[in-house]
Amino acid sequence: MADGEDDSAAVELRGVTMTYHGAEGDYTAVREVDLTVAPGRFVSVVGPTGCGKSTVLNAVAGLREPSAGQVLIGGEPLHGLNRRAGYMFQQDALLPWKTVVQNVAFGLELSGVDKAERLARAHEWVVRVGLAGFENAYPHQLSGGMRKRTAVAQSWIGDPDILLMDEPFGALDVQTRQIMENELLTLWTDSGKTVLFVTHDLEEAVSLSDEVVLLSAGPGSRVVGRYPVDLPRPRDLLDIRTTPRFTELYGAIWADLRNEVMRTYERASHGTAGAGAVQDAG
Amino acid sequence: MSALPTGPRAPELSKTPADAAPPSRSAGPRRRRTGPARPAVLAAQLGLAVLFVAGWEVGSRTGIVDPFFFSSPAAVAGRIGEWLGSGEIAGHLLTTLLEAALALVIGGVLGLGIGFLLARARTLAAVLDPYIKVLNALPRVVLAPIFLLWFGLGIWSKVAFGVTLVFFIVFFNTYQGVREVDRVLVDNARMLGAKESQLIRHVLLPSAMSWIFSSLHTSVGFAIVGAVVGEYLGASEGMGYLIAQAEGTFDTTGVFAGMAVLSVVVVVIDLLVNRVERRLLRWQPARERAHG
Repeated sequence: MADGEDDSAAVELRGVTMTYHGAEGDYTAVREVDLTVAPGRFVSVVGPTGCGKSTVLNAVAGLREPSAGQVLIGGEPLHGLNRRAGYMFQQDALLPWKTVVQNVAFGLELSGVDKAERLARAHEWVVRVGLAGFENAYPHQLSGGMRKRTAVAQSWIGDPDILLMDEPFGALDVQTRQIMENELLTLWTDSGKTVLFVTHDLEEAVSLSDEVVLLSAGPGSRVVGRYPVDLPRPRDLLDIRTTPRFTELYGAIWADLRNEVMRTYERASHGTAGAGAVQDAG
Repeated sequence: MSALPTGPRAPELSKTPADAAPPSRSAGPRRRRTGPARPAVLAAQLGLAVLFVAGWEVGSRTGIVDPFFFSSPAAVAGRIGEWLGSGEIAGHLLTTLLEAALALVIGGVLGLGIGFLLARARTLAAVLDPYIKVLNALPRVVLAPIFLLWFGLGIWSKVAFGVTLVFFIVFFNTYQGVREVDRVLVDNARMLGAKESQLIRHVLLPSAMSWIFSSLHTSVGFAIVGAVVGEYLGASEGMGYLIAQAEGTFDTTGVFAGMAVLSVVVVVIDLLVNRVERRLLRWQPARERAHG
């Protein structure tokens, strides 16, 4: 099936460039990104604001086609939507007119699972993410954290091999966020799923991942560093941040991330830099 | 003649959905504690009505206002009593409501279907855009005579007229509702495996529905306007016919009585629409619902 050398990669990006065609000229979000994620690995993509992290995820999801380069899923080139991936969006993506259990069952409904079975399975997931008793609530009646739990159940119920998560907990307060991260890790452990996790929060990236991939400042971001995280698993996220190894890893990656953040900041504060970058892209 | 003389809301053919209801209603008393107390407002509202009716009555009795042109509340009430007593009003009212209901259903279905089609088929929408603008800009009342010729004096000329009014409201709201659906909802549904037909059913249609329901008041109002204006221009029964007949014999009491009956009916229908809307849009937070 797959070429010999690609056998091990669940997700592979080869020289992926993503260019948006806008009214004010073209904008290249990422340029020639190479990335390999082995099956069952938890990989985080970090980078300064506007570095095209979400763009990378959209390419892997098949929601946007690369302008150049190739996305390979399990060694095979991706055409159209990635049917093996689940996607957790940064924004609220629950259907507001469906209840919690209906939202969780949505993927099963779309694939034609009959009503009794899909509701039973959705109910199991609702309980699993700690929302028992809220099955019939509508999204607007839930807190931000509860909506994220529903979204987790919605994307996991279809049992995708690959999970793409775009700053899924970015909008939550710090405590809720840590709890959600912990639960995500519990869910993921022994699931064998490959996770590609996008965040701008380095702490979150280091504490969750097997590997952290650093993108440069945009536009035209590239991969500037890959950092294996050798913290032992299972991890307790509530304690891990104070361990010496964590601090050490964090410090090493931060030294590089800091440069990119400063470059983004400088570009943003010198108005002309942005315009120049656009011309450069076009 | 002013094109659209009645209607429960200020008639408007804007592209944005009309405000569904005053916020005070859906928000409930808990949220509006800062405003004036409800009993006081209610008392003032009643007082205003009493003052107006009493002033009118006194004015017409003392001759300050000419009863020939302005009638009097007592005479109007007497006439309504007569109508109710003889049962004469029921037939007229039912005719008008039937016409309005048909206009609402036909205009609604057409508006929904074509709105959907054009929102999904961008090229077609671009081609048809100027024609839709011209048709919408046309004062619809000028169509009434031609509809009378085409469809005769029966109910269908009024239905056709009402359809031209309702269609555009539903059409624009559907069009906008489908076009402005949250991109993330669509992407999420597609990632969960939605095909085009499933996307329409589970995402686009419900999204458009909230826009359509928020303009339901306006649509219902226009359907009734269509029926009454159509009858006014030529019919053998209906509320518009009743008012036109009274006007033809300089019977101002009859005109005012017809207006009063129509107003009450429209208010009752508006309240029913509120209930239907609250039921169908119960997934929306109250605040959003109030602002469409």
